Amino acid sequence: MSAVIQSPVPDLGAPPTEAFLRFENVSKVYPTAKGPYTVLDGIDMAVNQGEFMCVIGHSGCGKSTLLNMVSGFATPSEGQVVLHGNTITRPGPDRMVVFQGYALLPWFTAYENVYLAIDSAKPHLPEREKKEIAREHLAMVGLTEAAEKKILQLSGGMKQRVAIARALAIRPEVLILDEPFGALDAITKEELQEELLTIWNTQKCTVLMITHDIDEALFLADRLVMMTNGPAAKIGEIMEISFPRPRNREEIMEDPLYYDLRNRALDFLYSRFAHDDTE
Amino acid sequence: MVPTSPRRPGATPSPLGWLTRSSGSWLPPLLGIGGFLLLWQILSITKMIALPAPTSLFTEERTRNLILYPFYDRGGLDKGLFWQTMASLGRVAQGYTLAALVGIAVGITIGLKPTINRAFDPLFQFLRMVAPLAWVPIALVLFQKNQPAAIFVIFITAIWPILINTAEGVRQIPQDYRNVALVLQMSNRRFFTKVLIPSALPYIFTGLRISIGLAWLAIIAAEIVMPGTLGIGFFIWDAYQQNYVGEIVLGVIWIGAIGLVLDRLMAWLQTRISPGQ
Repeated sequence: MSAVIQSPVPDLGAPPTEAFLRFENVSKVYPTAKGPYTVLDGIDMAVNQGEFMCVIGHSGCGKSTLLNMVSGFATPSEGQVVLHGNTITRPGPDRMVVFQGYALLPWFTAYENVYLAIDSAKPHLPEREKKEIAREHLAMVGLTEAAEKKILQLSGGMKQRVAIARALAIRPEVLILDEPFGALDAITKEELQEELLTIWNTQKCTVLMITHDIDEALFLADRLVMMTNGPAAKIGEIMEISFPRPRNREEIMEDPLYYDLRNRALDFLYSRFAHDDTE
Repeated sequence: MVPTSPRRPGATPSPLGWLTRSSGSWLPPLLGIGGFLLLWQILSITKMIALPAPTSLFTEERTRNLILYPFYDRGGLDKGLFWQTMASLGRVAQGYTLAALVGIAVGITIGLKPTINRAFDPLFQFLRMVAPLAWVPIALVLFQKNQPAAIFVIFITAIWPILINTAEGVRQIPQDYRNVALVLQMSNRRFFTKVLIPSALPYIFTGLRISIGLAWLAIIAAEIVMPGTLGIGFFIWDAYQQNYVGEIVLGVIWIGAIGLVLDRLMAWLQTRISPGQ
């Protein structure tokens, strides 16, 4: 199967069923001293259930704002974001976030952080089950040994693993990651990308992830959303990444399609929508 | 110039050797305190100041007995320094505990609710500037009795650092932690015990440590103007009235020592309890 490059019209690959998550003509305007500032303008997009979507674009293009409207930390000025037919108005555990700075509680251990999330989001589960889920998810990210360590004793990569374990342990329908691997070294980053894919394969939740790294997006995503520059950013292009799963990094990098997609993304980011620093 | 070490390389690890090597840490304070006491002694002997010399604390019978027998009890106010101190510390404990409870509770409330903070902050800023001694007459009018008045003076002096630091600690809870609580839809009670208190605890302890010193300062102020109370503050005032200058000096040294111990105690507690440090 070959890749289909989709120009602004999104949603060609949607299944016959009603889309799972929809952005319906979403705009976000912030009032400022100099007058209203439009961050996002007229976003229309549909995301299928179980899909892995990456969002890429230059800084200031409103990627975070876009995802914050799914998590519920921001609300659209116009239009709406609809999940399962319900308009999103506030944060909730069905749309769990892996925060940029991990946001783990340093006075607790790795295990306690994961357990607290399960206990808060699903208080009615029996305690034995909650403990089991916490242990199981720490094992998935390879932290069984370090489970009883305090957060401050963990390295950056381990903290990110705890954050991912915590997010997935409450079984969200949508997992939102805001540049989760940006601060990590190259080797840890690749390890974590593979772990994330493995877990995602078992849970099949919908993933929305912001990244700055085209290779990361090509390895992980089903579709890549490329944003135009702000202010008033729009979706420039949605690129389908059709490598078969489970994916193997070496194999996809040998595929000529990989370089077609990569060049297309590079062309979009650095020629057609090159960042103008004088702005 | 090449800096040279005064120590011989390869010195044997003997107690004397250790004493010499660590002299940098104990020698300056020893010289400082020793010099101060010596100057005081000379000024007293030459009659340049009216205070008795430090050595007179041991040579004079009244003060020597107070130093040697801190536990004596001849009834009424005629008791050893230990009992005087315990009476003062008892009042401090009551006023301070009350200040901690009210200060932390109100601090959390105004830390969480900016509107309440704006309503009361000017009042708090004003009240905390009122000196402990100025509260004494107000306390006496309010309570009519020495004991509750003294406790009130301690309470009102000690509460402000606790209140203001707690509120600041609550305001400083990182937005990330609040967002985690929001996305997990944490109950208020869980947010309070698992996020708010642990996050604000270092600030709360800073307030508690500042306040223990203030509470101890306040008890002296309170007792001095409350005649007929057992306590180290009135002990000093009584000694002044009867012109026992040596006893005043001894009382002041005693107060300083107790204050220092209280402060060290809170500092130790802070390192033990503060999490995530």
